[in-house]
Amino acid sequence: MSLLGLYRPGTTWLHRLPASAKLLGVLVASIVVVAARGPISGVAALLVAIGLAAWSGAGLRLLFRSVRMLVVRAAVLTAYTTWQRGWERAVEVSTDLLALVLLATVMTVTTPIDEVLDTMTRALGPLRRFGLDPERIALAFALMIRAVPTTLDLARQTGDAARARGLERDPRARLVPLAIRSVAHARATGEALDARGIAD
Amino acid sequence: MSRLELRDVTVRLPTSDGDVPVLGSTTLTLTEQRIALIGANGSGKSTVARLLNGLVTATTGQVFVDGLDVATDGAAVRRKVAFCFTDPSAQLVMPTVVEDVALSLRRHHQDKQRRRTAALGVLEQYGLATLADRSVHSLSGGQRQLLAIAGVLATEPDVLVADEPTTLLDLRNTRAIGDLLFGLPQQLVLVTHDLDLALRCERALLVEEGRVVADGAPTDVVDTYRSRA
Repeated sequence: MSLLGLYRPGTTWLHRLPASAKLLGVLVASIVVVAARGPISGVAALLVAIGLAAWSGAGLRLLFRSVRMLVVRAAVLTAYTTWQRGWERAVEVSTDLLALVLLATVMTVTTPIDEVLDTMTRALGPLRRFGLDPERIALAFALMIRAVPTTLDLARQTGDAARARGLERDPRARLVPLAIRSVAHARATGEALDARGIAD
Repeated sequence: MSRLELRDVTVRLPTSDGDVPVLGSTTLTLTEQRIALIGANGSGKSTVARLLNGLVTATTGQVFVDGLDVATDGAAVRRKVAFCFTDPSAQLVMPTVVEDVALSLRRHHQDKQRRRTAALGVLEQYGLATLADRSVHSLSGGQRQLLAIAGVLATEPDVLVADEPTTLLDLRNTRAIGDLLFGLPQQLVLVTHDLDLALRCERALLVEEGRVVADGAPTDVVDTYRSRA
């Protein structure tokens, strides 16, 4: 289960921080982490992210369980990048990746999506003069966050279906149904928003 | 009760083989409090239901809800007519239970705290208050369907159109959702394969191959359906 996009109520300092500050923090951190070069900055960013994750009150064990598949992929990425570009670049890339995913998870774990919607609607208010609807853009952002656990759930289901048919090694048996079901889910979500009058 | 009208409506849907007729010329006026739409899979009963909320657009003819044309007053119609899908998973778009209900209330309450309080009140009303901060992913099928219904009823619409709301549920949850639907003050248009639920309505319509072939008292319509199945 991914914790990304799933709010866990709590009373920590991170929970009390306004959503705007957290969104800005993640944005600035993303720029700094990508811009900073070398393995030391990557490791430092990861340590800060782990510290904040511990602080978030969501439980470090649960948080790490939610990113364990990413850790496996980061290990593969590290091995490949070490072979191609050397160990320093490999450490930098994988720690940057893990730090950013952890920071995003900490943000969503400590911030109700409703607050994110309000903050984004306010921040995007000036776009109204260009004919854009900030509420719709904010809703699209919220749905994007919501789509992460849903897509992971669909991936698990299609993986199980492929295994049940003895096709677990066939990428087509996993990816084609996943793509089709993801698109179908997106269409159904759009239809549900229409039906609830939220898109009006 | 609201007055739901289909005036000489036809529906054709685009497919890879060209436009396919899914509803033949249909004229209906629905004013009863509980109306059942029954029929085989693919018969067109969901199309009739979807027309009432604007999810499907009539190819010809017009659909009215209390005099509002669904084609031109869609937003006003959707405020009056709520729609509940067979699979609640697609309908629940926010991560947690309370946030999903709060999403429905965004137009009614600008203030976040008032919105949350109102959403918690809705959850209390439907017996979901203890699940408020749970992930919608972690709910059982029955709880998800209950939440989907609570989410659309939070805005207090006049009509609830429910498209096979019990199809994915076990017997206990089917009974619970059925009892909930039949206890609502709203007008109910129920698409269902559950003939016991259809028999609890005041009026039933049997749809077959895109046409309403029987319309009247549920006992008669259900008998007709059984004899033709």
